Amino acid sequence: MNIMQSAAEPRPQIRPLGTMATDPILHVRNLEVTYYTDSGRAKALDNVSFTLNAGEKLGMVGESGSGKSTLALAMMRMIKPPGRIEGGQVIVGDVDLMALDQEGMRNARLSRIAYIPQGAMNSLNPVMRIGAQMADAVRSHLPNEPKPAIEARCKRALQSVDLDASVFRMYAHELSGGMKQRVCIAIGILLDPDVIIADEPTSALDVVTQRQVMETIDNVQKAINAAVILIGHDMGLMAQFVDRVAVMYAGRLVEMSTVREMFTDPKHPYSRALIESLPSLDNKGVFQGIPGLAPSLLRLPSGCAFHPRCASVMPVCSTTRPEAQILPGGRSVTCHLYDGEV
Amino acid sequence: MTLKFVFRRLVFLVLVIWAASTIVFFIPRLSSRNALRERFGELARTGGFSPGDMEKIIASMQQQFGLDQPLLTQYWQYLHNIVRLDFGYSLYRYPSTVSDLIAQSLPWTIGLLLVSTILSFVIGNLLGGIAAWPRAPKWMRSIATPFILLTGVPPVIMAILLIFFVGFKLKWLPLGGAYSVGQVPNLSWTFALDMLRHQILPALALIFGSVGGWVLSMRGMGITIQGEDYVNFAEHKGLTGGRIFRDYYMRNALLPQVTGFALALGTVVTSAIIVEGLFGLPGIGTMLNLAIRSNDFPTIYGIVLFITITVAVLMTIVEFLYPLLDPRIRNS
Repeated sequence: MNIMQSAAEPRPQIRPLGTMATDPILHVRNLEVTYYTDSGRAKALDNVSFTLNAGEKLGMVGESGSGKSTLALAMMRMIKPPGRIEGGQVIVGDVDLMALDQEGMRNARLSRIAYIPQGAMNSLNPVMRIGAQMADAVRSHLPNEPKPAIEARCKRALQSVDLDASVFRMYAHELSGGMKQRVCIAIGILLDPDVIIADEPTSALDVVTQRQVMETIDNVQKAINAAVILIGHDMGLMAQFVDRVAVMYAGRLVEMSTVREMFTDPKHPYSRALIESLPSLDNKGVFQGIPGLAPSLLRLPSGCAFHPRCASVMPVCSTTRPEAQILPGGRSVTCHLYDGEV
Repeated sequence: MTLKFVFRRLVFLVLVIWAASTIVFFIPRLSSRNALRERFGELARTGGFSPGDMEKIIASMQQQFGLDQPLLTQYWQYLHNIVRLDFGYSLYRYPSTVSDLIAQSLPWTIGLLLVSTILSFVIGNLLGGIAAWPRAPKWMRSIATPFILLTGVPPVIMAILLIFFVGFKLKWLPLGGAYSVGQVPNLSWTFALDMLRHQILPALALIFGSVGGWVLSMRGMGITIQGEDYVNFAEHKGLTGGRIFRDYYMRNALLPQVTGFALALGTVVTSAIIVEGLFGLPGIGTMLNLAIRSNDFPTIYGIVLFITITVAVLMTIVEFLYPLLDPRIRNS
């Protein structure tokens, strides 16, 4: 009941300037997800914790299978069997999503925490008009809203992602890839959520459209002052767009710092290798990757999961699991190299 | 949906009807049997007129029906007649016209076959959709299982089992016939109820026989659709389960099933012959069966053509409906 009411209250569109980016709107604490497969248990998220301020943009990077998308799904409580959320908290504002009942969580989706999908190409129902797909999302959260108000809200959302209001009457197959992705963003901001998770929103788009879509996300995010988690592989795109970067490896958050720190002085050997693998103009033609393969979650190496591929490996790495530690300046890293510095 | 599309479909419809009527015209003529001779031979045995008279009667009848003309002339005349939907007189039941015979038997077939085909489409797709929907309660998902098992039972066996157990052993429902013996067809509630009671077993035989097929194909479609991104995103949007099931899952899974429905309409006649025969219903199937047995070809022409035209028209209607169900077809 409480949630229904708070979803129905119009939230202020823009916060007063003084309060910006000071109070964390999102706390993720000790989030754990396990997939129970036939060949054993795979810990896809291992003790992931971080906080995010209102209006802040966090980039989430890592290899395929490192747990980025699992994190997004876990925060939406959309992990499907054989996966299970084993524990932890996801607190948006003052509500722990993990403690809500089914109906409460359904209501929290989109109104508190919104998800912009990875495959925007197929994320729209081919047999319903765009308008109907936006309106049903609003109606299932605000059942008493009159029809004209819902339509006006949807058209406003379309305009804020630089789409014409006429898209409201169109079908998905009449839109280009970039337009479909914009529609998904428009759906994401329909109810002014506190947190927006964008799971590789530009992965299927060409570079020009990628940039436009990222700018769109940037604009709407500023307008509603939402915290954004951007999941992706493209470090270059991240660098231009986000405030902070988090690096994931084998289900753990191994480093989190501001973009500038990450690109100029990466602390974790894995982040360092990621940054070095970016092509640069100075050493053209030299392609630097990270040696080895990402480990299987079913058979994680002992100690630090990265130690078999690590350039700065020490004896302690194969025996003891490193814990996250806060370095001076507030950045966090999960590596034995910095054991003495705390 | 452009005018050109409609035009092309209508031309195709005419071609289908022409092809069917041509095939139907020639096949009974391959037989050496003569319906008139058989009919009058029968009458001669019971009624008693001299064989000489009989030959005269047959000759004059042959002339009346135009059967003494060359076959191609007859074919030309036949095409003329069917364009006007005039199928002439029945040879076996002269002087009834074929149109009369169809008009008498059609309501029985439409009442039973069309209703049970639509019912099994609706029931089968709903059960199949639920069976593949992971968020439906387990007991709901398992309702479909017995129907899948029943698909293995041929409709004849199913009909006989139903007649034996429900009709003969339990005596819940009549064994056969269109209405109780002694009743005269009229427009009263008692007669309507009596008629309905006679339709239940044949309808059950037809429904039990075909629901399983719908369940299986719909369950397969459902499993594909539930993995689609838009179904997932619908849940991310915080929609209620019922709305996702109806608007996102079922609506998309049903699209190929509609084509299947058009195809199923074509098999309705085959089932009609079997089921109407077993339950002794005076429908189109029984009529066609009789006509084939007596080589009464005007009646065969009339019934087969009537069915062909009906099925072809229904399929064209389904085809015109399809763009309304799937907007992606509208523009292409």
